[in-house]
Amino acid sequence: MPSSVEFRDVSVASILQAIDLRIAAGEAVAFVGRSGAGKTTTLRLVNGLVRPTSGEVFIDDLALAQSDLVALRRRTGYIIQGSGLFPHRTVYENVATVPRLLDWDEERTRAAAESILRKLDLPLERFGGRYPRSLSGGEQQRVGIARAMIAGPAILLCDEPFGALDPIVRRDLQDAFRALRSGVTIIFVTHDLAEAMRVAERIVLFDGGRVVADCPAHDFPAQPLPLVQRFVAAASLSA
Amino acid sequence: MTAEILRATLEHIVIVAISVGVAIAIGVPLGIWCTRHTAAGRFVLRIVDAIQTIPSLALFGLLIPVPFIGGIGTRTAIVALILYSLLPIVRNTLTGIRGVDPVVLDAGVAMGLTPRQLLRQVELPLAMPTIVAGIRIATVIGIGVATIAAAIGGGGLGTLIFRGVAMVDTRLMLAGAAPAAALALVADVVLSFVERKLVRG
Repeated sequence: MPSSVEFRDVSVASILQAIDLRIAAGEAVAFVGRSGAGKTTTLRLVNGLVRPTSGEVFIDDLALAQSDLVALRRRTGYIIQGSGLFPHRTVYENVATVPRLLDWDEERTRAAAESILRKLDLPLERFGGRYPRSLSGGEQQRVGIARAMIAGPAILLCDEPFGALDPIVRRDLQDAFRALRSGVTIIFVTHDLAEAMRVAERIVLFDGGRVVADCPAHDFPAQPLPLVQRFVAAASLSA
Repeated sequence: MTAEILRATLEHIVIVAISVGVAIAIGVPLGIWCTRHTAAGRFVLRIVDAIQTIPSLALFGLLIPVPFIGGIGTRTAIVALILYSLLPIVRNTLTGIRGVDPVVLDAGVAMGLTPRQLLRQVELPLAMPTIVAGIRIATVIGIGVATIAAAIGGGGLGTLIFRGVAMVDTRLMLAGAAPAAALALVADVVLSFVERKLVRG
């Protein structure tokens, strides 16, 4: 079951100023903005890696400060640039991390790993026993996606997950990601507008720690804001 | 003579094994503690550092008058060796854990690992090669320093060396020195092997 996420008047030190944002259950939202605009900080508020200085974050209308963070994190997927895979564990063990934390039995874990890895073009029998360092960057990132999604998270947080990949692999992964993104609320941080439009249905633009635009993805390029137009220009140049 | 060398070698191994064993039991948790308490950790490290700078013969001498742990004999020698072994073990535990990729830690926390699970499943395994390197250094130094323990009646191969010096008997000195050197080399090779295994693992 996807969860709703709400930021009520949230500030974080000098990084974020009074963010008010509601993301409905099942929505796929991209946070766009320049480096240092506050999008990653906002993302990290959702799983409690960053605490608000003031204001409150609500998951399914329950204040984050009052919830069990460890339990919340186990049903919140987190995909980051550079994958963050455990280098001392095999692909299978990496993917099995959250199921094991949730005390799933081995059979169920294996079946879920098999299914999610197959969807990402990484057959378990070929990749399960390999270590992350023997994989290409794109393959590592696929394992990162599988690890984040295996237990059917309610929220999926993606922080520039494809930032370090070459454009072709990047495109492949965006497509693989799109195919998987049902039944989960997605927040996707990127500074690439083309990517944002491909993976999300709504775009929130951050600038200087504030939300400066928030609209459906297909309406975004038509926004008159100068910053939006600069993003549009940059995206069409790189496309 | 051969029997005496063997007995002294065995004694030497036991003294070093006990000291390094206890130093691991104290040093690894202490190193972990230091990673969690930065300011206090720096203080602990400075103390452990200071102990290391005391010349070994002086440390043995200083411990003799200390009640309960001091006196003449093997016990005092072991206490001194434990103190000596602490630095490489504490320091390497600290360095090893601090060296874990922050992105990996971030991912671990975000998946809902508790601090204890993070330590046991991520930080310690990834720091293990560095910790073993610290144990290796402690063992090799310990084998050398333990020869001096004979000066306060600690036993081991140093007994033969000191007797050889007193009697100006080169063969007797070598009977103590050669096995000690061999022990150090063997310990170094074996523990280096473990270390490399862990890095690849």
